[in-house]
Amino acid sequence: MAEQYVAAVDQGTNSTRCILFDRRGRLVSVAQREHHQLFPRPGWVEHDAGEIWNNVTRVVPAAIKQIGATPSQIVAIGIANQRETSLLWDRVTGRPIGRAVTWQDTRTDRLVTELAGSEGPDRFAQLCGLPLTTYFSAPRIRWLLDHTPGLRQRAERGEILFGTMESWLIWNFTGGANGGLHATDVTNASRTMLMNIETLEWDDRLLEAFDVPRAILPEIRPSSGVFATATEVLPGVRIGAALGDQQAALFGQTCFSAGEAKCTYGTGSFLLLHTGQEIVRSKHGMLTTVAYQIGDQPASYALEGSMAVTGSLVQWFRDGLGMIHTAAEIETLARTVEDNGGAYIVPAFSGLFAPHWRSEARGVIAGLTGYITKGHLARAVLEATGFQTLEVVDAMNADSGIALTALKVDGGMTANNLLMQFLADLLDVPVVRPMVTETVSLGAAYAAGLAVGYWPDLEGLRSNWHRAGQWMPHMDPARRATEYANWQAAVQRTFNWIRPEDQEP
Amino acid sequence: MPGTVQSIERAAAVLRLLAAAPDGLGVADLGNALGLAKTTVHGIVRTLHQVGFVEQDHSGAHYHLSDAFGRLGESYLDPNELRSRAINWADSLASRSGEVVRVGRLVEGKVEVVHHVFRPDDSDQDLDVGTTLPPHATALGKAVLAYDTSARPRSLEAYTTRTITDPVQLSEELATVRSRGWATEFEEHTVELASIAAPIRGLGGLVVGAVGLAGRIERICDSRLRHRGDLVSMVRATADAIARDLREDP
Ligand SMILES: Nc1ncnc2c1ncn2[C@@H]1O[C@H](COP(=O)(O)OP(=O)(O)O)[C@@H](O)[C@H]1O
Ligand SMILES: [Mg+2]
Repeated sequence: MAEQYVAAVDQGTNSTRCILFDRRGRLVSVAQREHHQLFPRPGWVEHDAGEIWNNVTRVVPAAIKQIGATPSQIVAIGIANQRETSLLWDRVTGRPIGRAVTWQDTRTDRLVTELAGSEGPDRFAQLCGLPLTTYFSAPRIRWLLDHTPGLRQRAERGEILFGTMESWLIWNFTGGANGGLHATDVTNASRTMLMNIETLEWDDRLLEAFDVPRAILPEIRPSSGVFATATEVLPGVRIGAALGDQQAALFGQTCFSAGEAKCTYGTGSFLLLHTGQEIVRSKHGMLTTVAYQIGDQPASYALEGSMAVTGSLVQWFRDGLGMIHTAAEIETLARTVEDNGGAYIVPAFSGLFAPHWRSEARGVIAGLTGYITKGHLARAVLEATGFQTLEVVDAMNADSGIALTALKVDGGMTANNLLMQFLADLLDVPVVRPMVTETVSLGAAYAAGLAVGYWPDLEGLRSNWHRAGQWMPHMDPARRATEYANWQAAVQRTFNWIRPEDQEP
Repeated sequence: MPGTVQSIERAAAVLRLLAAAPDGLGVADLGNALGLAKTTVHGIVRTLHQVGFVEQDHSGAHYHLSDAFGRLGESYLDPNELRSRAINWADSLASRSGEVVRVGRLVEGKVEVVHHVFRPDDSDQDLDVGTTLPPHATALGKAVLAYDTSARPRSLEAYTTRTITDPVQLSEELATVRSRGWATEFEEHTVELASIAAPIRGLGGLVVGAVGLAGRIERICDSRLRHRGDLVSMVRATADAIARDLREDP
């Protein structure tokens, strides 16, 4: 019999990938297409959902063709997606209403301040595990319903559907307007602010607070479990899983037990710590989120430290400043100097995420002198990712009471050796990269393969994990302390930049 | 005598025009100047853009010569970019073969390790990215040396009794590499170890580096001490996959 594979679709912030994995969890082919980032106004970041679906219809066949396989060799589809990016579409025509509003979009900042009111941003934290910020979906849905004439009435009549990107993909894979399934999974639902973190159901108190009609919401399903059989792109193949990309990466790194953690370095970076079936409430700016749910088993939870701007700072250095031609060249440029020369870049482009959660903060380059060259700035760009990780690890350690002993990493930025060494130096623990850097896709594949019986259990998956590289700490402790203090001083200088009267009505 | 290639003549004309226009030129400007259709010019500038000779301005409307065009002698592919492109495929090779994988490129007559993937047995191993290997005594080295027209190692140092130290013998070995498209080594660097490597060809066929695996001879070679055919195929497929990635989207 011909070899069988699981197809993972990673619908990311910048691109959509299809990766095929074999039974040993080895990557056998990759096809990828970027989509446009649309910036209609300052602070707004949108995607064209039609373009994204179109890319899915191209990368999936391309990945299969690359190894000369046929669709009949695909046993399941697993979906991982950029989280919180929100889309409304017409139930009857299946067409998007406007564009998808991405997780980086800050148009809801005023709304979020209003909603927080006198009770503050943690108003809903007990119910949904999240603070009120522009990052999550609910304020975005509210904004769309408020700003599109007639939309709220149509939504209440059940003519409009809401979904994050996995819902959009599942709907289209299963026929769209012709009988498509409108569903999400617990991990994605846990990022909306509308799901009760304990019951794993839409919560009327939250729906009311955000004024979101229940009729637009998808059905919440386990992350791993057969959603439906596809009728488009791969007709007859079962959709076995959907997870938010960061949760998928946690799964792909086989962090199946409480206490295991990983950090994924892409456009943004996200450190997730598995907390088992326990809901841990952070006192230090971490989010409480669902890690995954397998079939009808109880859900697993995680604490998350989210950094909004890491790889995207490298992209800004490349595209915004034109200092380099490719992201990887930043390492070459950074190696032209010995250190940062005293410069620190705090990339609070849309406020600061964990552990600060300051939406009014904006970025700074601190310590700028005539001595600074572009090599120093390249270092400062990479180091910003290191320092942000250290802040998150400190907060995570404080919450869990246990110090991290090693950091498992993955994502596009792990190809950067200078950054990985800096991370080890700064965190003072070994930094370990697994044999598959595309853990987002691997996690989606694992969850889908489990659902259809391609893999029997979690233990078998664990034995697929192998160390591909490791960086050991070498930095002198005094230097580490000074560097961190400098960074923290630079962070202070980003606060209170946007004053309430500056916000657009 | 074979004829000349018209598209290269046209590309040369486009380069001359761009070199003389500090503010850059649009496709229409170039078409008018050369009396060529816009689609023809578009194909030429797109290709020149892909090979890194011209760049686009922010709006995408104007093209100008790139800095790289003035530095053609330098390596055209950044080593860190090579690692970024190779990482998925090198991982896959390591997990399929069960051996250590390295990506290397030729720098001043030595092979610089650009990327290193541990043998997937979770044993203690240290990353050796940035260190150098002797090109004549490793498969990785032979796979790049075979396609380099300038860098013959000056002295052929012996690491074991099997190291090739005779320049004539090395030339023959490199000719074999060229005719087969892959390179091997057997206890030529370290006793009891063997390696296999294949060149990575970028745009236009330029060899930008090599990818290979290394391990104990009983795992790398068959009972007749020949390098295992299945491993050779895996290494070649890996080199091809990286090359395809490099050519697809620069
Ligand atoms: N070698 C590198 N050094 C630094 N940053 C890199 C490197 N390679 C990729 N990146 C950054 O990583 C990001 C892409 O990683 P990826 O995991 O594909 O992200 P995502 O899934 O969020 O789109 C980009 O923001 C890019 O700037
Ligand atoms: Mg991603």
